[in-house]
Amino acid sequence: MELYRGPLDVKEIFGRWLDEEAESNYGAYIPFVGTIRAEDGIEALSFDIYEPVLRAWFDGWQEKAKARGAVVKMAHSIGDVPVHTSSYVSAVFSPKRRVALELIEEFVEDFKANAPIWKYDVKNGERIYAEDRSTPMDGSGLLA
Amino acid sequence: MVKVEFLGPIGKAPVEMEAKTLADVAEKLKEDGTVKEWLPKCAVALNDTMVSDLNTPLKDGDKISVLPPVCGG
Repeated sequence: MELYRGPLDVKEIFGRWLDEEAESNYGAYIPFVGTIRAEDGIEALSFDIYEPVLRAWFDGWQEKAKARGAVVKMAHSIGDVPVHTSSYVSAVFSPKRRVALELIEEFVEDFKANAPIWKYDVKNGERIYAEDRSTPMDGSGLLA
Repeated sequence: MVKVEFLGPIGKAPVEMEAKTLADVAEKLKEDGTVKEWLPKCAVALNDTMVSDLNTPLKDGDKISVLPPVCGG
């Protein structure tokens, strides 16, 4: 798992991941790119990350992928990421396509629901929590 | 003493308190009006591991993290 301040260098990351697994005998490599869209007058999105829990979440996914003969990789931005650049990339490598197609969907959906990352719209230089697009993590409300 | 930290948009400085279980932490946090509003939608980690049981025992020096709704990507 890789964390970067600001937008991701998508081509460098995907190229490097391809090189890393070039001799691993995987038949399928399925990348996913999340790009910041220009909407609602935003200049950028901005992200806070709680790294210790994110690493534990990602390690759990590595184990799930390994049990199916696959590998998952991801990179995410911290701080401001301007529109039309990317804040999130992930990928699955697997021996055959079916496992990779299934895993990339499960992984990206669970990422949205349970990765400890907080998103803010940036408008006129101000950071506004994207509350309406955010999801309570599994087990929320324990202390209520 | 245990330390309670509030992540992301909650925007509150960490607090220290005496607590034997997470239930004790819940009781004390509900006394803070701003934090109380967040609690129904927040998950909890103990020493960076997610927890789901209010009876989880605590010891001196434990770190409790309060995690509000997330949206990565």
